[in-house]
Amino acid sequence: MTDWPILSTVTFLPLVGVALLLFTREDGVFGRRNILNVSLLTTVFTFIVSLFIWAGFDNANAGFQMVEKHGWLGTGIAYHVGVDGISMLFVILTTFLMPFCVLASWNSVEKRVKEYMIAFLIMETMMIGVFVALDTVLFYVFFEATLIPMFIIIGVWGGKDRVYASYKFFLYTLLGSVLMMLAIMAMYWQSGTTDVPTLLKYGFPAGLQTWLWLAFFASFAVKMPMWPVHTWLPDAHVQAPTAGSVILAGVMLKLGGYGFLRFSLPMFPLASDFFAPFVFTLSVIAIIYTSLVALMQDDIKKLIAYSSVAHMGYVTMGIFAANTQGVQGAIFQMLSHGIVSGALFLCVGVVYDRLHTREIAAYGGLANNMPKYAVAFMVFTMANVGLPGTSGFIGEFLTIIGVFRVNNWVALFAATGVILSASYALWLYRRVIFGALEKDSLKSLLDLSAREKLVLYPLLALTIFFGVYPAPVFDATAASVDALIHNYEAALKAASQVALLVN
Amino acid sequence: MTAELLFASLHLAVPELILAVGALALLMIGVFNGDKATSTVTGLAVALLIAAGLWILIASPDGAGFGGAYLSDSFARFMKVLALIGSVVAMVMAVGNARSEQLDRFEFPVLLVLATLGIMLMISANNLISLYMALELQSLALYVVAAINRDSLRSTEAGLKYFVLGALSSGMLLYGMSLIYGFTGNTGFDEIAKAIAAEGRSLGVVIGLVFVLTGLCFKISAVPFHMWTPDVYEGAPTPVTAFLAAAPKVGAMAILVRAVSDAFLPAVADWQQVVVFISLASMLLGSFAAIGQKNIKRLMAYSSIGHMGYALVGLAAGSKAGVTGVIIYMTIYMVMTLGTFACIMAMRRKEGETVESIDDLAGLSQTNPFMAVMLTALMFSLAGIPPLAGFFGKYFVFLAAIEAKLYWLAIIGILSSVVGAYYYLRVVKVMWFDEAKGEFDRVSPELRLVFGLSGLFVIVYLFIGGPVGSAAEAAAQSFF
Repeated sequence: MTDWPILSTVTFLPLVGVALLLFTREDGVFGRRNILNVSLLTTVFTFIVSLFIWAGFDNANAGFQMVEKHGWLGTGIAYHVGVDGISMLFVILTTFLMPFCVLASWNSVEKRVKEYMIAFLIMETMMIGVFVALDTVLFYVFFEATLIPMFIIIGVWGGKDRVYASYKFFLYTLLGSVLMMLAIMAMYWQSGTTDVPTLLKYGFPAGLQTWLWLAFFASFAVKMPMWPVHTWLPDAHVQAPTAGSVILAGVMLKLGGYGFLRFSLPMFPLASDFFAPFVFTLSVIAIIYTSLVALMQDDIKKLIAYSSVAHMGYVTMGIFAANTQGVQGAIFQMLSHGIVSGALFLCVGVVYDRLHTREIAAYGGLANNMPKYAVAFMVFTMANVGLPGTSGFIGEFLTIIGVFRVNNWVALFAATGVILSASYALWLYRRVIFGALEKDSLKSLLDLSAREKLVLYPLLALTIFFGVYPAPVFDATAASVDALIHNYEAALKAASQVALLVN
Repeated sequence: MTAELLFASLHLAVPELILAVGALALLMIGVFNGDKATSTVTGLAVALLIAAGLWILIASPDGAGFGGAYLSDSFARFMKVLALIGSVVAMVMAVGNARSEQLDRFEFPVLLVLATLGIMLMISANNLISLYMALELQSLALYVVAAINRDSLRSTEAGLKYFVLGALSSGMLLYGMSLIYGFTGNTGFDEIAKAIAAEGRSLGVVIGLVFVLTGLCFKISAVPFHMWTPDVYEGAPTPVTAFLAAAPKVGAMAILVRAVSDAFLPAVADWQQVVVFISLASMLLGSFAAIGQKNIKRLMAYSSIGHMGYALVGLAAGSKAGVTGVIIYMTIYMVMTLGTFACIMAMRRKEGETVESIDDLAGLSQTNPFMAVMLTALMFSLAGIPPLAGFFGKYFVFLAAIEAKLYWLAIIGILSSVVGAYYYLRVVKVMWFDEAKGEFDRVSPELRLVFGLSGLFVIVYLFIGGPVGSAAEAAAQSFF
C-alpha cells in the first residue's frame, strides 16, 4: 500500500472518466443516461479511493506524506506531490463534492451534457492537483488550468449574462495570478529551487519577502476573494449553473486560502507579520460591508455569493492571526463553508429547477408544500449563520478567538458580522420558506425527489456531525498547524533578535 | 582559397546546396511543362525540404566555412530544422487551397524553396555581407509570393506594401552595416566582437547597431516597425500568410539572436535597452491593437507582433537562459501559428467561399467539435494559459528576464499578456458560446492533420517539453 502512488491515482482518476466519456454518444435517452452514469461512477470511485488517503494518513506526522517525486521538463522543476495536515482534507472535500455536482446536474443540464461532464472531470483533476502539488511551478500550472474548464462551464451552460460573467471571472483571476508567476521565478533565482519543502525551510531576506508576499497576495486575494477584488464572484456565481456554483464556492475559493497557508504565511513570515493589520482591515471590511450588501439582494444566489465573501473574511482573518486557534479555525471554516455553501447552492438549484427564477420575491410559503426542503434549507441557513451545533459555528468561533488574542478591535468588528449574517440569512429564509403560500406558481411544487434527498441529506448529516464532533478534522490538521505556527514564531523571533543586535 | 578549403565549405553547406540546386531544377521542370506540372513540382519541393532537413539532423558537422562567412553550429541546426518544418507545413497546407487562391502555379513552390534557402543561409550567416545577401534572397522571394494572386487587389496591394517597406528596412540595415564596417574595419561577426571589445564601442558603432537592429526588427515585425504586418497578413493569400508568419520569423529571430549575442555581445548594455524598448512596445501594441479586430488574419497579425515581443523578452536578458527561452518560445510559437492558420484555411463555407471574420466561427463547437477543441487549445496556448505549451514558452523567457533583473519588463509584459488573453478568449467565446450560423465545408485531410498535430503538441507539451527544452539549451550553448 505504501508504494502505491495514491495521490497521482486520485488526481488523474477523473481523466480516466474523461477518456471513457469520449467514447460515448450523446443521442437519445440512453446516451444521456450513459454519460451521467459514467460521470457519477467516476466521481464516486475517485471519492472512495481518496478516502484511502485519509485512512493512510499519519496524524502525528507534521511533514509531507505519500510523497511522489519525478523529474519534469528537465529544468529542475519536478512532478512532486504530497499531502500534509493542511492539504489532505481539501483533497477529500474536492472529491466529496464532485458526486453531488454530477447529481445536481442530472436533469438541469439539458444541452451538451457530454462536454459538460468532461469539463467537470478535468476541473476535478486540476483542483486536486493544486492541493497536492509540492512544486511551485506545478502548483501554478494546476492553479491556472482550473480557469479553462470553468470559463467554458460558465459561458456555455450559464444564465443570461453568462458571457460577461465568464470573461470577468477569467480575466480577473488571470490578472491576479500572473504576478504570482513572476514571484515564483524570483524565488527560483533566489533559492535555486521550485521545491516547496525546500522553500519552506529557505528563509527569504526581509526586503524580498515584502515583494513576494504582495505578488502572492494579488493572486490569492482575487481567488479568495477579498474585498475590494471580490466583484467577479457574485457575477460568476449567479450566472454559473448550479454545479458550477457549488464547485466555485466549495472548492475554488479555498484555493486562495490554501495558498495563503501553504506559501504566504510559512515562506514569508516577516512580511505576513508586517501586513497582518492590512489583511485584518480588508477582512473586517469584507465581513461587514459584504454582509450589508447581502441584505439588499433580490437574487438568492447573489445573496449567498456575498455571504461567501463575508465568510472568507473570517478565513483570511484567522490565517493572519497566525496562532493555533486562528489557523485551525480558518481551515475548519473553509471545509465547513465548502460543505455549507455548496449545499446552499444545491438548495437554490432545487427550486430553480422547478421555477427557473432566482428572484427572492417569486417565492414564499414553501414550508407548506415542501416541508422536507424547508428543513434541509433551514439547517444549512443556520450553519451559514454560525449557530452552535452546526459546523459553521466552530470555524467562526475559533477564528474570532484567534484574532482576539492578537487584536481586540478586529475581533469586535468581526463579531458584529455574525449578527449581520444572521439577519440576512434568516430574512432570506423567512421570505422564501415562511409566509402564506399565495403565489399560484408555487402551489403545485413537489417536495424533494429521491435524487435531491440523496444530494442534500448526506450534506445535512455532515454539517451537524462536524458541528457536534469536529475532532476528526482537528486531529488531522493539528500536527501540521502546530509546526507551521512554531516555524512562523521562530522566524519572527530570529528576526527581532537580529534587529536587537543591530541596535 | 584552396580546393580543399572550398570543398570543406561546400560540405558544410550541403543542405543549402540541396535547396539551391533543387530549386533551379524545379524551375526547369516547371518552365518546360507549364502549370500542369504544379503538383509534381510541389511534391518534389517538399521532398527537397525534407531531404535538407534530414541531412541537417543526421550528417551536418560543426564548423565555419567560406572564410568564416558561414557558420554551422547547434543553434543554426536547431533553427534551420524549425524553419524547414515551417516551410514544409505551409507548403502542404497550400495544396488543398491552391485552386481557390490562384496558387496552382509552379512558381509558388519554387519561390517558397528559394525563400527557405534564404532563411537557412540567414540563420548560418556569420558575416554582415552574407547576412544581407541571405536576407535579400528571402525577402525578394517573399515579395513575389505575397502578390502571387495577381488578379486580387488585396494581394497585389499587400505585395507592394511589403516590398516598399521591406526595401526601406533593407536600406537602413545596409546603412547600419556600412557604419559598423567603417568604425570596426570588419564585416565578420567574430572580428567585430573583437574590435568592439578591444577598442570600446564608439558612437558610430552604436548608431550602426541601432540601424541593424531596426532592419532586423522589421523582419520579425516588432513595434515600431510592424506597420506592414496587418495589411500583408490580411491581403496575402492565406497559405502565404501561414508561411510568412512561421519560417521567416524563425529565421529573422535567429539572426537577431546571433548578431546581438555574437557580434555585439561586448556592447550588451547598448542593445539591451533597445531590445527592452522594442519588446515592451511590441507586447503592449500586440495586446491592445488586437482588441478591435474582426478579421481573424488581422488578429493573428497583431498576435504575432505581441509574440515577437515576448520572444524578445528572453533576448533582452542577454544570457544563456534568455537565448534558451527565445528558442523554446519560437518553437512553440511556430507550431501554434501553423495550427491556427490551418484552422483559418479550413474556414470555407459549403458554397466554396472562404471567410475570414471571427464571427464566422460561431458555433463551431457544435458543427465541428474536433476543430473547435483544437483551435480552443491553440487559443488558450497563445494566451499563455497553463498547462498548454504557450505557458511554458512564456515561463522560460520571463524566467530569464527575472534572472537579469529586468523586473519592469517582466511585470509590464506579463500584465499585457492578460490584455492579450481577452482577444483569444473572444475566439473561444464565439466558437463555444454563440449559436452556429452556418457549417463549414468538409475539412481537407492535410489541414486536419496540421491542426490536429499542433493542437496535440500544445496539449502534450508538458510531457514532451523535457527533450525540447534540453535541445534548446544545447543550441543556446553555441553562444555562451
